[in-house]
Amino acid sequence: MSFDPSSDYPLGSRRPDLVRTPAGVPLEGVTLSAVRQGLIDAGDVRATAETLRRQAAVALASGRAQLSANLERAAELTAIPPDTILEIYTALRPHRSTAAELEEWARRLEDEHGAPQAAAFVLEARAAYAERGLLAAVERARV
Amino acid sequence: MPELGLVAFDGPNDPEPSLEIADGRVVAIDGRPEAEFDAIDWFIARYGIDVHVAREAAELDDPEVARRLVDVDVPRDELVRLSRGLTPARLTRVVSLLDPVEMMFALKKLRARRAPANQAHVTNLKENPALLAADAAEAAARGFAEIETTVGVSRYAPLNAIAILVGSQTGRPGVLTQCAVEERRNLQLAIQGLVTYAETLSVYGTEPVFVDGDDTPWSKAFLASAYASRGVKVRFTSGGGSEALMGQAQGYSTLYLEARCLATIRAAGSQGVQNGSISCVALVLSLPGGVREILAENLLAAWLDLEVASGNDAIASHSEIRKTAKLMGQFLPGTDFVTSGYSVMPRYDNMFGGGNYDADDIEEWLTVQRDWQVDAGIEPVAEDELVRVRERAARAIQAVFDELGFPPVTEEEVEAATHGYDSRDLPDRDRAADVAAADRVFDECISGIDVARALDRHGFGEVAEAVLAMQRLKISADYLQTSAIVGADGAVHAAVNDPNRYSGPGTGYRLEGERWELLQSLPHVLDPAALDAAREAEGETEEPHEKVRELHVASIGNRSDEVVVAVGPAFADGLRATINGLRHGDVLRAITDGIREGGANARVVRVRRISDVAFIGHDGALLSGSGVAVGIQSKGTAVIHRADLQPLDNLELFGMSPLYTLDSYRAIGRNAAGYATGRAVGPVPTMMDNFARAKLIVRTTLLHARETAAIVPGAPPVELELG
Repeated sequence: MSFDPSSDYPLGSRRPDLVRTPAGVPLEGVTLSAVRQGLIDAGDVRATAETLRRQAAVALASGRAQLSANLERAAELTAIPPDTILEIYTALRPHRSTAAELEEWARRLEDEHGAPQAAAFVLEARAAYAERGLLAAVERARV
Repeated sequence: MPELGLVAFDGPNDPEPSLEIADGRVVAIDGRPEAEFDAIDWFIARYGIDVHVAREAAELDDPEVARRLVDVDVPRDELVRLSRGLTPARLTRVVSLLDPVEMMFALKKLRARRAPANQAHVTNLKENPALLAADAAEAAARGFAEIETTVGVSRYAPLNAIAILVGSQTGRPGVLTQCAVEERRNLQLAIQGLVTYAETLSVYGTEPVFVDGDDTPWSKAFLASAYASRGVKVRFTSGGGSEALMGQAQGYSTLYLEARCLATIRAAGSQGVQNGSISCVALVLSLPGGVREILAENLLAAWLDLEVASGNDAIASHSEIRKTAKLMGQFLPGTDFVTSGYSVMPRYDNMFGGGNYDADDIEEWLTVQRDWQVDAGIEPVAEDELVRVRERAARAIQAVFDELGFPPVTEEEVEAATHGYDSRDLPDRDRAADVAAADRVFDECISGIDVARALDRHGFGEVAEAVLAMQRLKISADYLQTSAIVGADGAVHAAVNDPNRYSGPGTGYRLEGERWELLQSLPHVLDPAALDAAREAEGETEEPHEKVRELHVASIGNRSDEVVVAVGPAFADGLRATINGLRHGDVLRAITDGIREGGANARVVRVRRISDVAFIGHDGALLSGSGVAVGIQSKGTAVIHRADLQPLDNLELFGMSPLYTLDSYRAIGRNAAGYATGRAVGPVPTMMDNFARAKLIVRTTLLHARETAAIVPGAPPVELELG
């Protein structure tokens, strides 16, 4: 049965057939007995990109465009290791990055991580930071 | 000093609302063209305005939009849609047109989730894990939907997170938890499944303050996506006064700056916000209209379709009256979280600098809910049940520490955490060993799954199940939708599947049925039946109660020195003591002794036709040879009356029965004798306790109901003989 974002929420109770861990364990398979048998890996207890995209669709269907966009970006970030995510976060903080560095992050997001929306978000930040003097001061020194 | 931002509404630099769109792009906001955009304008213009709705909104004037906010026939969805076309200055203008009651009404209408809820703070100065777990369990049992902790020493974060996770799930499965620490640690805790939500993402209304906070709208929005990517619920934080406090309000009003924050937060795609001045509340309360401004902030957030956790956490004032008057702005309409941190433990242990309301105020909070028939998210729980969950939680965290090889939680700690008042009752722990254990949580990546396993192995199967259910939440990610909370059965209640559809009387969330039964069954409320029975028992315990004998129908006396003592229908019969606990026999003896001391003769009658003291006294006076009588009700209220006066007039009235002793009644008798014999009398000194009425009004009502029930309609008075 195909997914209907306007009626299939909550996924956990209405469409458990669609919800799996990244390792493919169905939601109902995450039980105490599975934990006892060592079948559940802590790193595996999280949403997949697909689940987050479905949540983005639910948000959009309920009229929440920006929440939807946020969840779309989140879906893209599921595959990126936390340290890298925190590096990008730090790079987006004021006066941390040069325009070239932000462009490089955007390129890596797009090319290496398949995250075009996150990449576009970083590029928009680069443009705004350049206008507002929020890029790293070192850039001027380097030029 | 408006130029410092110390102005609630209409700051000197607040711009005229405006919005220009060219080629489907926003090119000017609130008087500022694109070339002059700061980072906040840029972010809002790029992500926060729906240009189609903007054209439609431009056709409406401000009063019309304001009117729609309070029009029950304009649905929430329509108002939320309209908000997508409004700029911060326009939003500010429109809500400024509403008075406080209109704002409360609009807030009630615009709350995202159907039912309000509440959030708890749980911390303690010693960072004692057993006490954290016990307090979290109590918070959960009391119905809080979210529990927030923080740290004194940042290295403690993983232990505190584990303690409130275990405690909360012991008290009630499904409660969301967070540990407010620096973002990197916070994200790591989330990844390890030790917390389920975060609300640390602060936003400010001017660019310099945003940058001083070491963030931009883009970095915060990216962080929000990062949390969501790990299946963690996120809400942002903003609140009026922060820009002024940080010295960069730029002459804007508090409300305008908050409107910029909220527009940014929605543009970033947050599902919700913690707002309403938050930690700067005392600053905003120092401004004229400050409380109204804070309510306007909450209203704006709800209008922008954000989940609202509406402050009331930081101490707003030293004045209990001002504090609670402010609270009503959120309490009566109901927000998604009426407080963004109710201090479940005593204020002494609140490490958020909070504790506006704390452990000692819970009974009052529950009573105010009962007074208004309003659900503000806290449930009454019987004392023995609280003790049970507190101990169970302390033992659960003891087991987890044992299984994970952390420094042991001793029996003494379990005992003190269960029964103690605050962390001063807890023994000191080896803090060096505790932080070393905390480091292990990160180093060895100890997870929510490990916590569930530890609980399971030590016989805490039901807590293990609940902790595991919190892990499952991250897999389905349902609770990332707007205003999501989780029931004890694991069901997610969010604005998507459980929306507020208030559309006038009889609609929306109403406190009724089982929930109302629950919220009015307060442990400190006395059962009227029990109250009555207790009083009756009191009269009976000491010695067999003195009987009066009814002789015959009373006749009119002919002795001019006679004073009649007229008692009520239930006196010394169905009722046996006054409200002050004086036995009726003793009271009668005191009055008649007083009459004799005053040189008159006493005759006792019972008035049966009426229970009102004035008529009891007047009926007595009509029988009295001297025309003077003392009337007394069973509860002890007395009057000195005279036959020629109108029934509701009197010579002296004694309405403060809770204060009277036998000496008082003897003095009443003496004075009555004085009136009868024509001696000049000074009135019995008046006694007064204006709180007696408030304190005893229920008991008074019950006693008077008994007296009234003993009435025999139309029956003539009968003469009594003291047993």
